[in-house]
Amino acid sequence: MILAVAATAIIVIALLAEELVPLLAQKWRRHKARVKRVPAPASDPGRERRAEQRARELLRTCVGEEQWAMYRDLGFLRVWGTLSDARDTGGAPYAFLIYPHQPIVAYLAQTHRLLSEYCVAFPDRERPYGSELLPDSDDVLAKWMALTGDERRLLEEANMHLPGRHHDPAKVKRDLWRLGQWERSRMREQPAPQTAGN
Amino acid sequence: MRPGHGEVLIAEGDIELGEDRERLVEEFRRQLDQGLWAAVPVGDERKEARMVTSFDEVPGDSERVIFFPRAAGG
Repeated sequence: MILAVAATAIIVIALLAEELVPLLAQKWRRHKARVKRVPAPASDPGRERRAEQRARELLRTCVGEEQWAMYRDLGFLRVWGTLSDARDTGGAPYAFLIYPHQPIVAYLAQTHRLLSEYCVAFPDRERPYGSELLPDSDDVLAKWMALTGDERRLLEEANMHLPGRHHDPAKVKRDLWRLGQWERSRMREQPAPQTAGN
Repeated sequence: MRPGHGEVLIAEGDIELGEDRERLVEEFRRQLDQGLWAAVPVGDERKEARMVTSFDEVPGDSERVIFFPRAAGG
């Protein structure tokens, strides 16, 4: 009789345990999660937008009217290369396209042949992992300053890749075509120079 | 420029005034010690930047020096 009761009790406990253990484990996890809950930082959805507005104003006042108009209208900047021994150019004029938070593209000015992509970032050294990004226009300005200020150093710091690694070459070619159209349009809009006798 | 913040005014003053200049030089050094690069926009017709590594390299007529994080391969 005792044996039968004991056996029944064991079976009941085993069946209950199968249901209860996961339930208890879940309750324990929920309890721990509640204890460890980290308060969310104060939300400020306008911060990034305000930072970008300040960055655009800073860019406008640094790069000059034409470059600013180029960025405003096309979304990228063109900077002429200055190194006489630049890679793969054979001494031909070359330039860079600067996009926000995308690699810099080097190309030959006359043929539009794409030369390379230079991946470069401006990370917060105090927080190298998971650091926030510069606003778009600050990223463009930082690249512009570094390129026009010390092109060789920037290219040495950057990771160089063949064209097409990050940018779609067809899109870059289209951007170069848009740039050409944009420049022609601006030239047409400028008043003709006064000649002697006029 | 600071990631996540954009432009932040660090210090301003008149370099002709001794006290202001001292403060600007000190702040300049502090930013470079933190590993930032410094640049000054120059030029009238064709704008460009000049990278500077000491306060003495800053052109006298400059309105501002911009500090930004060092470039790194992305």
